Amino acid sequence: MNLKYIIIFILIIAILALGVFTSFNGLSIGNYDIIPMKEVIKLGLDLRGGVYVVLEAQETEEDPINDEKMSRAIATIRQRVDGLGVAEANVSKQGDNRIRVSIPDIQDQESALELIGKTAQLEFIGPDEEVILTGAQVVDSKAVYQKSEMGVEQPVVTLEFNDEGTKAFADATEKFIKQPIAIVLDGEVISSPNVQNVITNGEAIITGQNSLQEAADLSTLIRAGALPVTLKAVEIRSVGPTLGQDSLSKSLTAALIGILLVFLFMIIYYRLPGFIASIALVFYVLLFFTILVGINTTLTLPGIAGLILSIGLAVDANVIIFERIKEELKLGKTLRTALDSGFSRALTSILDSNITTIIAGAVLFFFGTGPIKGFAVTLMIGIGVSMFTAIIITRYLLRLVIKMNIFSNTKLYGAGGK
Amino acid sequence: MKIIEYRKLWFAISAMIIIIGGIILSINGLNFGIDFAGGTIINIDLHQTFEVSEIRDITDTFDERADITYSGDDREQVIIQTQESLSNGQRKEIFSQFQNKYNLTEKDLLSIDQVDPIIGDELKNQVLIAVSIAVIAMLIYITFRFELSFALSAIIALTHDMLIVLAFYTIMRIQVNAPFIAAMLTILGYSINDTIVIFDRIRENRKRFKKNDYKNLVNTSISQSIARSINTSLTTLITITVLYILGVEAIRNFALPLIVGFLSGTYSSIFIASPVWYMLKTRKQGNPRAV
Repeated sequence: MNLKYIIIFILIIAILALGVFTSFNGLSIGNYDIIPMKEVIKLGLDLRGGVYVVLEAQETEEDPINDEKMSRAIATIRQRVDGLGVAEANVSKQGDNRIRVSIPDIQDQESALELIGKTAQLEFIGPDEEVILTGAQVVDSKAVYQKSEMGVEQPVVTLEFNDEGTKAFADATEKFIKQPIAIVLDGEVISSPNVQNVITNGEAIITGQNSLQEAADLSTLIRAGALPVTLKAVEIRSVGPTLGQDSLSKSLTAALIGILLVFLFMIIYYRLPGFIASIALVFYVLLFFTILVGINTTLTLPGIAGLILSIGLAVDANVIIFERIKEELKLGKTLRTALDSGFSRALTSILDSNITTIIAGAVLFFFGTGPIKGFAVTLMIGIGVSMFTAIIITRYLLRLVIKMNIFSNTKLYGAGGK
Repeated sequence: MKIIEYRKLWFAISAMIIIIGGIILSINGLNFGIDFAGGTIINIDLHQTFEVSEIRDITDTFDERADITYSGDDREQVIIQTQESLSNGQRKEIFSQFQNKYNLTEKDLLSIDQVDPIIGDELKNQVLIAVSIAVIAMLIYITFRFELSFALSAIIALTHDMLIVLAFYTIMRIQVNAPFIAAMLTILGYSINDTIVIFDRIRENRKRFKKNDYKNLVNTSISQSIARSINTSLTTLITITVLYILGVEAIRNFALPLIVGFLSGTYSSIFIASPVWYMLKTRKQGNPRAV
């Protein structure tokens, strides 16, 4: 027995246990706070719920697309999305003629999709079918409650015109007094009030809103203005908060059970080295998530799949090593030499097999988009970390255990018995 | 182990599965899902059991060809899939009819997926390019680290695995969506990984065998690494199977081809890659020994 190595071993286990505890529960020492892992990891829309849309500008011969129009369209969409009041929403350009919008934590997916996709061409049309003014002449718009003629509080949208609009509206209300003026949004009449008086102050209201939220959405659309190009949603991925939560907890449960089963298998089949490998695997998972947070990657559902797959490959590296050690022991070598030659013989095969897989992962990363990229990132991190833990950590721990001189029976290492 | 001696049997088993898949493929084609063919999927939690006909009452007014499937742990969720891209207004209308009929809130609208066929075509091209580049890159790496005959055999085994998974999808009429691609690419990595470990053993053992004794070289190398091959497949299969059993729909779509692919990958590294390598080596010497 060698006390020194036993203490080192126990110390390592204790540090590892602390690491696991910290990443689950967080830790505060004096002025330093370590936040639990699950709160620092950025989750993808598929795990937290949210809306992802790719909009494509539709080109026509009279209306070609240019960069200026795309920039204006992006600015308009951004303003609309901001109107939703969601932090971390993202609007960006993709290629020449596409706009990618992602909004996390959305409760009402359809309303958000509607808000993003509307052209929002607002027009006031007189009974003679002539356009009086458009949304371009509106400088401000708000959603408020207002008493109706019957004295009931109802949500309405207020409009404030610019000078040009004020003049046009005054002329029109004078011309069409006691006649209806239609307020049309994207070709759909949303209200058609009769003109009561000549309106010269440049203000108007839109009634007929079902809720204050609906009024607020409409006023956001009007403030942001009409889109300069027609946009078509070519891809919509929208996940409600319930499904996102469900996916996350189910995948994590699956990952946990999977890992525990693998531990069990390793310990039963490879005994002491299997136990050591399980410790190394805990280290692996910790390191994996630390790197994930460190490089600020977003964890998605395919990402979790990549993690689980890489756990499988991490075990593979250990399996290759232990099989080699077993063989060396059967040749009659001592524990320490069997360990060293087992490791060095396993090394080329671990390196060659994992590098080919990394090559595949790298190609996926550079040529894939969205979910495929997410998968490639975790797969590559996973393989890198797994080689490190198998070659460095497992080896160090096994050497330490041998030096402890408690477990010297080679049967514990899987030799003999056959 | 007499792996080389029975190689015609192994080849025949694989060829049979692939040919059946190929025949069905040429008749029926692949069952492309919305990610490739385009369309809309709406997933709603109804919080109660239901009949497909009840759902059709609502969806028939929008698309009579819509697919209705059950989902969720208690089969209380419905997945509606149409081939048409529905407009925002149509989707809203469908959901509000569900809301009225089953008394739902906005949160019960679990997910919406809508893809234009253009996106599907782009994805197909992207995948073909990615796979071709990955295969060439791996071919170069293996040739560099081993030799060309190993690289060719590994790529043949890899193609075999992809064809087997494709055959599985064709025969079972499972929908092909984006996760299928990610899965195929994973199998690509795994299959190579698995094969390389056995080839590494062959490379190492070469010095110990007589120059032309490829049969014993391959058989011995496989016997030596078979425990590893089986144990690795077992542990990987454990994690993926748990994922399949406990995972949500999106995860399952990914896990299923992986399970088939990993089984095929393990099989091919032992029964396809090594015998193919043996044949390449013996053919080169003008010495194709019959069994």
